[in-house]
Amino acid sequence: MPTEHLAEAMMKKSFHKLVLGVVGLSALAWSAVGAAAEGHNSALQLARNDVANVASLQRGARNFVNYCSGCHSAKYVRYSRLAEDLELSEKQVTDNLMFVGERIHDTIKIGMKPEDASHWFGTTPPDLSLIARSRGADYIYSFLKSFYLDPSRPTGTNNLILPGTAMPHVLWELQGLQRAVYDGESDAEHNTVHKKFKEFELAKQGSLSPQEYDQFVRDTVNFLDYIAEPMQLERRNLGMRVLAFLIVFFLFAYFLKKEFWKDVK
Amino acid sequence: MSATMQEKGRMAQLVDWIDARFPMTRFMKEHASEYYAPKNFNFWYYFGSLALVVLVLQIVTGIFLTMNYKPSAADAFASVEYIMRDVEWGWLIRYMHSTGASAFFIVVYLHMFRGLMYGSYKNPRELVWIFGMLIYLCLMAEAFFGYLLPWGNMSYWGAQVIVSLFGAIPGIGESLVEWIRGDYYISDITLNRFFALHVIALPLALVFLVIAHIFALHEVGSNNPDGIEIKKLKGPDGHPVDGIPFHPYYTVKDLVGFIVFAMVFALVLFFAPEMGGYFLEHANFDPANPLQTPEHIAPVWYFTPFYAILRAVPNKLMGVALMGAAVVLFVFLPWLDRSKVKSIRYRGWLFRSFLGAFAVSFIALGYLGLMPATPTYTLAARFFGVIYFAFFLLMPWYTRIDQTKPVPERVTYHAH
Repeated sequence: MPTEHLAEAMMKKSFHKLVLGVVGLSALAWSAVGAAAEGHNSALQLARNDVANVASLQRGARNFVNYCSGCHSAKYVRYSRLAEDLELSEKQVTDNLMFVGERIHDTIKIGMKPEDASHWFGTTPPDLSLIARSRGADYIYSFLKSFYLDPSRPTGTNNLILPGTAMPHVLWELQGLQRAVYDGESDAEHNTVHKKFKEFELAKQGSLSPQEYDQFVRDTVNFLDYIAEPMQLERRNLGMRVLAFLIVFFLFAYFLKKEFWKDVK
Repeated sequence: MSATMQEKGRMAQLVDWIDARFPMTRFMKEHASEYYAPKNFNFWYYFGSLALVVLVLQIVTGIFLTMNYKPSAADAFASVEYIMRDVEWGWLIRYMHSTGASAFFIVVYLHMFRGLMYGSYKNPRELVWIFGMLIYLCLMAEAFFGYLLPWGNMSYWGAQVIVSLFGAIPGIGESLVEWIRGDYYISDITLNRFFALHVIALPLALVFLVIAHIFALHEVGSNNPDGIEIKKLKGPDGHPVDGIPFHPYYTVKDLVGFIVFAMVFALVLFFAPEMGGYFLEHANFDPANPLQTPEHIAPVWYFTPFYAILRAVPNKLMGVALMGAAVVLFVFLPWLDRSKVKSIRYRGWLFRSFLGAFAVSFIALGYLGLMPATPTYTLAARFFGVIYFAFFLLMPWYTRIDQTKPVPERVTYHAH
């Protein structure tokens, strides 16, 4: 079909309505997503992680195995799937990420018994397979950066994002220990002080610089984001191809419809 | 005999053979190639065929999900993750089903609004409308039962809250709730029976009702944006002058509508399957935990207009009754509407204002039902709730006195 005809057909009203409908509906969809994301996480720091960054995922997997999987399982995640998606050989995974006695098709489990965990921490550490989907990457990123010294807690630290958390600051050797600094306003009438959190201040230097620690947490969060939905890259990739197909299909169907409806007077 | 056999192709012979034993060709003619539909269908008329498409999608994806899903409290959550991670294309099928659930309600709400705008519930289409409303009720039940199956924490507490509503019924309430759950709390037993209802009972009822809905429609003929009965004006061939055969005209047109729908569907499915927590709620990625409620329990978005009405009423029993009424009142529309004309095009400002206010309050209630019930929001929900009910209860009055315009003989259609 010559381009003039095509352009002319494109100008037709019904086509415009359809396009407007699609654009409108999708705009609505995206704004809803945006609004939800914004409203939910307004107090949180942005993780800015990228699940397409395989090197970051590999570092995250290492961090997870070294610092998290002592207490937290990821019982829906298979080592073999990690090998495939993180571009590692099965030997690399077996040597670096797995404990002795585990097999490549196993999922990431922990040795700690739930009863022991309750006894030691007062609660069972949650499985982390889906934590990035139930809490969000920004939440975990902020959580891991918000431990501060609090002598009133049995662990010696508290957390600004999840006050009263049972989790000790397991990354303190890396981050160091930070103190919470408040803007205080004394209220003589009620004999109290209104505290408003201002910032964290490093009380004890860790082995990583603040920038290195941020990157460490980002890699770990990135890994958690990936294991929460391991097919997410594949999903977006397939989505582009499906949309491309639908656009071509649409053109055929649209001109077929026009051809038939020529008779309708 | 042998001469005719040679004249006709093998395919035609097969068709003849079947037609002598089963009304296949007659059926195709009655419901497609010789079903005369008004030629002036507009944008709003896509959603009927789209609802059918989504029903088929839900049934087909549901069958495949059932192959790997385990309806037990111990295994359900893990089996969904197994589908998402280990089953080939399992994630695609599961997201199609979860996106399809929300899409079903979007399409059905638009389809129902079309009926309100063009008076499609009015004589002679009362039964079409009532079958449609029964479909809607079944759909709500189907969605509610299905929502428990992933056995996430929102599944669990959502079911807990909604089932406990029956407890408000005086006298039998508590025992009724126990009977529904089959236990003293939402448990493995509840999950099993919800599974049975979700995969067999309600889909079966839905399919039968959809068939009844379409048969009733094809008996009386489709309404149109002008609300004119095209059967009143027939040409020399005995077919309505303003009618065109459903096939091929509307099959090709609905195909275009379907592709556009599929694009929007694909945008959600592939790029935002959680839809910011509205289609798949964040709290539902935590397994069901009878000891810990989610931070904020709200039903999925498609129930929230009714949930907002429930919460707006201080008395629990009255709240449940009004929530039920908000759904059931639709059934009585054919008799509440006293107007002589069907379509909004020829109605006066009174009906237009009431319908507009109703649409706004439905959306506003839907939003309020998602939000926590603060005093301001509750007040707003009461305000919109009153408008919602006024649309139905004042209808006999405002449709009678409304200034209508004369309805033309022929439908409005501009050839493209």
